[in-house]
Amino acid sequence: MLIPLGAAFLIPLLSFVGCRTQWRVSEAISLLATVALVLISFGTFGRGPVSVWLGNYQGKSELLGLTEKTAAAQPPGAPPAGVGIDEVVPDSAAGAAGLQPDDVIKGWRLPADTGFRPLHSINELRRENAALKPGSTLVLQVERGGRALEVNLPAGKSVTGIAMFGDGLTRLFLVMISVVSLCAVLFSFSYMQPYNKLHLYYAPLMLIIAGMNGVVVSGDLFGIYIFLEVAAVASCVLVGFGVESEELEASFKYLILSAVASALNLLGIAIVYSMRGTLNLAQIAAFTQHARPNDALWLALALFMAGFGLKAAMVPFHGWLPDAHSSAPAPVSAMFSGLMIKVTGVYVLARLVFNILGVSAASAYVLMTLGTLSMVVGVFLAVGQWDFKRLLAYHSVSQMGYVVLALGVGAEALAKGASLTREWEALAFLAIFAGLFHLINHAAFKSLLFLVSGSVVYRTGTRDLREPGGLKHTMPWTSFFTRVGALSISGVPPFNGFFSKLLIVVAVVWAGHWFLGAVTVLVSLVTLLSFVKVQRYLVEGEPASDFAGVRDSPFPMQAAMGILAAACVALGLFLPLLSPVLFDPAARALVEQLSGYVTFVFGG
Amino acid sequence: MMHNLVPYGMAFVIFAVGLYAIAVKKNLIKAIIGVIILEDAANLFLVLVGYRVPASGEPIPPIIIARAGGGRPAADLLHRAVDPLPQALVLASIVIGLAVVALMVVLALRLHQKYGTFDLTEISKLKG
Repeated sequence: MLIPLGAAFLIPLLSFVGCRTQWRVSEAISLLATVALVLISFGTFGRGPVSVWLGNYQGKSELLGLTEKTAAAQPPGAPPAGVGIDEVVPDSAAGAAGLQPDDVIKGWRLPADTGFRPLHSINELRRENAALKPGSTLVLQVERGGRALEVNLPAGKSVTGIAMFGDGLTRLFLVMISVVSLCAVLFSFSYMQPYNKLHLYYAPLMLIIAGMNGVVVSGDLFGIYIFLEVAAVASCVLVGFGVESEELEASFKYLILSAVASALNLLGIAIVYSMRGTLNLAQIAAFTQHARPNDALWLALALFMAGFGLKAAMVPFHGWLPDAHSSAPAPVSAMFSGLMIKVTGVYVLARLVFNILGVSAASAYVLMTLGTLSMVVGVFLAVGQWDFKRLLAYHSVSQMGYVVLALGVGAEALAKGASLTREWEALAFLAIFAGLFHLINHAAFKSLLFLVSGSVVYRTGTRDLREPGGLKHTMPWTSFFTRVGALSISGVPPFNGFFSKLLIVVAVVWAGHWFLGAVTVLVSLVTLLSFVKVQRYLVEGEPASDFAGVRDSPFPMQAAMGILAAACVALGLFLPLLSPVLFDPAARALVEQLSGYVTFVFGG
Repeated sequence: MMHNLVPYGMAFVIFAVGLYAIAVKKNLIKAIIGVIILEDAANLFLVLVGYRVPASGEPIPPIIIARAGGGRPAADLLHRAVDPLPQALVLASIVIGLAVVALMVVLALRLHQKYGTFDLTEISKLKG
């Protein structure tokens, strides 16, 4: 998986540079780039996880591997009482020196010095330790249980540079991103014809893909932040691409809220850095493995929940989504609902909660609450809509609620089964598997439905469900794809949505949340109701007189919809074939939590 | 030793001011200013995280100055310099903020061309 990691964001980034010439050229470049991405991502099947380091990588150790106890305030002028140790990482300088929790470090000196200098804070020690030459030591004056002793602290190994990590979860997202973006690019060939300055359309489209792939492969927190911003700014450009008043307004709203989300995330990143002294995901995970709960990290987790919850449009933060997703051109809406909210919201949140900061009952309950709220509120907002794209956008909120609820149930099982008996582990695996499966399914059917809405708008010029009517007579293929999408999202048996919703309900009920299980089924029924409405008004009946002469959409659009419709059916029918190569490794990457992540990056 | 938490608290207060401006102000330009305040508060917090008081002497910026007279010795830099990583991150984050704010201003100008006003209550066509 080494080449794919780099190629995943370099290919679209290079295409972004190439796309700024002529629109024919940019069409060709973006098609080539997305096809290449599909081939590359499918080429990773069956390969193991891999980590790539760009820069100076010397080993597992964190610089120092110590955290400080919060001490009582000192009266001014009193001699410093030393620094109490709260936790020690075994594979680190502090661990090698034999320091133990509850030791108090009174002072330090260089081996050549005489007399100890008092130690004021752990940061001072961190800096002195970093300043050591490899192989040399600091002498610490330590008080352990009333006895004073001297400890030699070796120089900590350091990691500088940027890392890219790819495991099963990364592969799952790379495959999803490449397939959906190929369909979006294909669809754009016809759909974007009426617009002008098309090279300015394909360039940000490529930038979004680069940003999302970058988030997925990035191995440090700040890299994730940068790529998130790349994707967010590019997508704001595309929301406002039509420069009509509604589109500009939606774009402005989206940009403000994504700036708020980024600021929250940046605060969280700063807190994590100050507590752990590193931004590398695997190093933070290695630290978290041995650390006790830390108040500041709770604040960081809360900030991340708000920031990435905003990006994922979970319910208290969902206000921007229906505007942005319905104002963008249809293929871009498909990218947003199919990819953006998952990659920039759910992926990062899942990675942080399961692999980096560690699951806890509290974070599991927050995830479950967010998920359930989104599920219920989203679907009831959707059912009253008459604007096709707004209806689909609200359903995105609701369907992502399913995913987050399932992940929350998985996190709860992992947090409860601290010793991980077989049953808890199986439950966690089932819940996370179901959540990820539903996430991929949602990418397939929601992108399909947004492309269908684009096809309808392209031929009839309206997004109102009541106006055209009788599309099965005038646009037979589009109505066929509408039916496939509608049956998938509402969970009717042979299609993919049925299996993932079934698994989610089974996991939720197995975890003992009967009420939530009932709510899940109820929301599924309301979804079905809402899509029966879509079919009743849009597909069935007789065409309105104004729309009697519309023809079916051109070939590239139908090809794009066809690929996604085939994916909807295939994901449902061939799950036993797909799960060992695609879903099992992804779910296992999350179930194995911190240790799995640390092991694959640093080796056993 | 107790950390002095006041500067961190101030950064959060500034952050709250930015959030207030975004949430309450009905003028597009004031909302943009809110976003700028918000980003600056986050950047300020990041810089504060990197600030370290050395055991002896004043903290110095993490800059290697090559001078004819030998400049600042590396050991001195390592013992007294503040953490350079957050400063590098803040530079990146400022550049990103610039792009975001530039895009926002462009959008606000286009909205002004359409509606002739910066007032959000007169602009809002979308229901949310």
